[in-house]
Amino acid sequence: MSLLRVEGLGISFGGLVAVDNVGFSVEAGQVFSIIGPNGAGKTTLFNLVTGIYKPLRGRVTMGGDDVTGLAPHLLAKRGMSRTFQNLQIFFRMTALENVMVGRHMAERSSLLSDLLGLPAADRQTRATREAAMGLLERVGLSDVANATAGALSYGVLKRLEIARALAASPKVLLLDEPAAGCNAVETEAIDHLIGEIAKSGVAVVLIEHDMKLVMKISDRVLVLAQGRHLAEGPPREVRDNPAVIAAYLGDHGTREADRAHG
Amino acid sequence: MAGKLLSSRLATLVLLAAIIAVVPLLAPSAFYLRVAAVVWVFALAALGLTILMGYAGQVSLGHAGFLGIGGYAVAIGPAQFGLHPALCLVIGAALAGLLAYLVGRPILKLKGYYLAIATLGFGVILALIFHSESQWTGGPDGMQVARVTLFGWRLSGAVNWYWVTGGALMIGAWIALNIGASPTGRALKALHDSEVAAAGSGIDVSAKKLAAFVIGAVYAAVAGGLLAAMNGLITPDAAGFMHSIELVAMVIIGGLGSVFGAVVGAAFLVVLPQALTFMHDYEQAVLGFLIMAFMIFLPAGIVPTLRKWLLERLS
Ligand SMILES: Nc1ncnc2c1ncn2[C@@H]1O[C@H](COP(=O)(O)OP(=O)(O)OP(=O)(O)O)[C@@H](O)[C@H]1O
Ligand SMILES: [Mg+2]
Repeated sequence: MSLLRVEGLGISFGGLVAVDNVGFSVEAGQVFSIIGPNGAGKTTLFNLVTGIYKPLRGRVTMGGDDVTGLAPHLLAKRGMSRTFQNLQIFFRMTALENVMVGRHMAERSSLLSDLLGLPAADRQTRATREAAMGLLERVGLSDVANATAGALSYGVLKRLEIARALAASPKVLLLDEPAAGCNAVETEAIDHLIGEIAKSGVAVVLIEHDMKLVMKISDRVLVLAQGRHLAEGPPREVRDNPAVIAAYLGDHGTREADRAHG
Repeated sequence: MAGKLLSSRLATLVLLAAIIAVVPLLAPSAFYLRVAAVVWVFALAALGLTILMGYAGQVSLGHAGFLGIGGYAVAIGPAQFGLHPALCLVIGAALAGLLAYLVGRPILKLKGYYLAIATLGFGVILALIFHSESQWTGGPDGMQVARVTLFGWRLSGAVNWYWVTGGALMIGAWIALNIGASPTGRALKALHDSEVAAAGSGIDVSAKKLAAFVIGAVYAAVAGGLLAAMNGLITPDAAGFMHSIELVAMVIIGGLGSVFGAVVGAAFLVVLPQALTFMHDYEQAVLGFLIMAFMIFLPAGIVPTLRKWLLERLS
């Protein structure tokens, strides 16, 4: 049974059908990429899957359970985590605290012990801090742990979001353009990180414009165009699909993909 | 190291305790102690808003309504039902919490200006009820509050009330600091910055907002009960719009989200009008001018600005 399965999902805004009858499924340990030109509906698809928008049509299931239209925090409890294309950072908190918030669901302290500052609450905070520190290390950000997030650069915040999403110990991780605005070194690091995450058994859904990255790390690729499913398959196949080349990749994209394959 | 100390819970509590302990040694007369006790009470109410506004980022322009509930509970309970004032303080706090729970559910779905206006409406309604239900509340003139006796000891005089209110503020500050450093506090601060990301991290955003609203209401009700018992009087004005605005101003002037800031903000807005009385007709204008000046020059609030300045000097 697929960890994440999406069937016939659709939504419109006014007259615009932003996502139209899109389906796919992702298995544990897979990197599933979604590509498509700007405005194709990729982020909207994420918003539908993660409960930010309620789908007009279609179904989302996790491990066979219907989770269509569940509130985001309930989907998170079922093991769905995501990052955001337009950063959603807790800007007033430190980098470490951002990741600590990501551990929220693992925290076991009652409101009462939080109010009274009982040892249980402090113990929990210490445990959370330690786990968060480990995650910052994993994404290579331990040196900025105590910096206020608002003062950090875009590329750093992209990785911070990944650390925060990982803090929730997700089964399904959706990454919306994690390498956007990152330099070559940072992109390389993110590439490596995504590979590791998938290897640990997480189902990774990736939206990415960096074709080199997509061709390299994806198990499967879904191409969206104008809200619709255009093609799906292994990276090589999708790259060579004439419809995809015509509608999306164009000359420039194919060249990039070629280079990726060396 | 210095930074850690400046932001630690214990440091704030020790500083606050030291101030509360020292003021009586410096106060030349009981009048000053009375003013200080009023500061402690308003600081307590402002702390509730620190949790709601400072941590969770949800504005309330009707918070004095909860203050009124606490005040009238301490007035009505003993007068009409022969209940002990201390019990009435607890009942008032529970009633305020319950009302906040019921009203908060629909109201907290609103954001920003809309939330501000809705809470404002709520406060106005409460003040109106205190105003018009005169068979219970004494109407516009308010009502007397019976003197409090605790364990056979009559609680009266500026000195006694000074210590009672100072103690209550210490407890309130301790709880607010605990929340700030706890999982709940992190969740509140997170949803302040991004509700989407907070929810994505598994935080039940509406439940957390509601908890902050209820806690804030309980703080205000306890403060209102103490204020009424101390003054021996409660009037609908205590629950009025101007008081709600004052509470918000205290939190912002002192420094949004800072526990010590709420105390400083309360001191600012309670002491300054007293200190400016010699200006007679110009008192209000000067007060307004000072508030503007502080906001323009210390937009982050007094305490966070001072803390930042201190940290820069130390490092
Ligand atoms: N809340 C909304 N209200 C109205 N229109 C929306 C909304 N969200 C998305 N859209 C529209 O839906 C379409 C798809 O947008 P979406 O952000 O999903 O594209 P995308 O594939 O993520 O693009 P990009 O690569 O630029 O991130 C766009 O035309 C966009 O304007
Ligand atoms: Mg997008």
